[in-house]
Amino acid sequence: MSKSAVLTASNVVKTYGRVVALDGADLELFPGEVLAVIGDNGAGKSTLIKCLSGAEVPDNGSIEIDGSVVTFRKPQDGRDAGIETVYQTLAVAPALDIASNLYLGREIRKKGPAGSILRMLDSSGMKRKAKDHIAALGIGTIQNMSQAVETLSGGQRQAVAVARAAAFGQKVIILDEPTAALGVRESNQVLKLIESLRERGMPVILISHNMPQVFEVADRIQVMRLGKRAAVVTPKTHDMKDAVAIMTGAMKVDAKDQTLKPVR
Amino acid sequence: MSQVGSHDAAAEFMGRASNAQKLQALLHRYPWLSSAAVLLIASISFSFFNENFLTPGNLSLILQQVAIVGAVAAGQTLIILTAGIDLSCGAIAIFSSMVMAKTFMGDPYVEGDGLPVLVAFVIGLLVGTFAGWFNGYLVTKFKLPPFIVTLGTLNVFIALTLIYASGRTVTTEEMDPFLLQLGHIINIGEFKVTQGVIVMLLLYIILAFALRFTGWGRHVYAVGDDINAARLAGIQVNRVLLSVYMVAGLVFAIAAWIVIGRVTVASPNTQPDLNLDSITAVVIGGTSLFGGRGTIFGSLIGAIIVGVFRNGLTLAGVDLYYQVLAVGLLIIFAVTIDQWIRKART
Repeated sequence: MSKSAVLTASNVVKTYGRVVALDGADLELFPGEVLAVIGDNGAGKSTLIKCLSGAEVPDNGSIEIDGSVVTFRKPQDGRDAGIETVYQTLAVAPALDIASNLYLGREIRKKGPAGSILRMLDSSGMKRKAKDHIAALGIGTIQNMSQAVETLSGGQRQAVAVARAAAFGQKVIILDEPTAALGVRESNQVLKLIESLRERGMPVILISHNMPQVFEVADRIQVMRLGKRAAVVTPKTHDMKDAVAIMTGAMKVDAKDQTLKPVR
Repeated sequence: MSQVGSHDAAAEFMGRASNAQKLQALLHRYPWLSSAAVLLIASISFSFFNENFLTPGNLSLILQQVAIVGAVAAGQTLIILTAGIDLSCGAIAIFSSMVMAKTFMGDPYVEGDGLPVLVAFVIGLLVGTFAGWFNGYLVTKFKLPPFIVTLGTLNVFIALTLIYASGRTVTTEEMDPFLLQLGHIINIGEFKVTQGVIVMLLLYIILAFALRFTGWGRHVYAVGDDINAARLAGIQVNRVLLSVYMVAGLVFAIAAWIVIGRVTVASPNTQPDLNLDSITAVVIGGTSLFGGRGTIFGSLIGAIIVGVFRNGLTLAGVDLYYQVLAVGLLIIFAVTIDQWIRKART
């Protein structure tokens, strides 16, 4: 029962000039859970996950993975440590095909001299593996890996981005507003993807504005307020009204009523 | 297509697509198709006006005429694929040709003053590569728009060429045979092409290979397609951009060798239209000025189209001014097609 956290952030501080974005924020992510991070605009949720993924360097505080302290200077550092982030702005190249996008920046070369001397890419191998990764997430609607990403619907594009994260994320997957630009049906597809990530035991941090979605998929919900963790609740102990109240500061939750330990 | 991946809906959509939409989708996938079609139609039309047009001799002549622009357009394509542009490409080529010839010749009044020809040649290639690096450095380090950077360096390189040449042409007699090598004719069956044409074609084959089959090529497309997406995917965007400008600079310097072979002298005033002509070839060849879309062989077709129009209209007895007009209309046509293709949904 006493699981230890995969990812821990303690007392993280980040300022932009005189603006204090994070004022000693904490976060614990446990194995196999979906942790939602919610909060009003400017509450610091985006900055917090940027610090976790390496896109921003915190001014103070520490980040630990599996109990050992890590220091990220750039996104590549976070990625090397096993943290994959799916950005709100869909970091896919529209004119490239699905397989190329999945392996963008980590292309596989052919074996033998064709790869080592001529530096040729193993395109068919990447397509085959891309297909496996897509299939592993249960995305049956994408079949042709040579299809350009721009020909896909918004939900399918998001699925490609999530599949890329799932394929390479060793420890943690962070999803930043994955449904913000999507319609209802497509959002449901993405929520299913999150659930299939959880089934595979992959811990997920979900940043979202969409309360119903958060309450549908999250195991625990961390509410941010004024650059700090205001409370951690679960969909079982609190409802959406409570969450809004905590976000706005109208409600305080005692430590004993919070859910700081894993529920799964 | 609101429901994700409904195959039936997709099939129905495709079924309902008009012929224009199907054509649009096809061109979206293969942007060089429209330029290939233009080349084919133009060639057939011109052969009606003049029976000499489609002879091996005339076609060889066209290839010889487009060798220089074609080679420069190969480098230009790389830059335009990254959503950049190089207005200084011709100036780099002429600067490199001047450096090659003049470092070999040295002071014409001092016997044996110059450097060995191969050393001079390599220095010329390095100067071109360095000029490309300088453009790339300004673009990546100071985040300046490539248009502005190369507008500035265009003048810089022209000035350096004039200063270095000190207003003097290196004549054919002062030139080493190696530097003139690419002007020599090779017979391939009925065709008589210069070695410069062969070198140009080799450039295209090598660059096409790199773009198509290597990770670098894929990164070039990704950077031009969406630079932020490429950065977030872990691509070192600035390194890719810098390498593109340097490779292009090297290609322009190799084009300089073709220039010397063709005009047989090294003059600061030769090929004044090279800068814009190379962009014309790339655009007519179907590569998008917005980056990320296009093929390098399209630019070869584009260069040949311009050559075919000039040659065909000349054979048809059309005045030179109208030839310029025709090329202008071609550019507008090509860009219009590109805009239309970009709207394709499937």
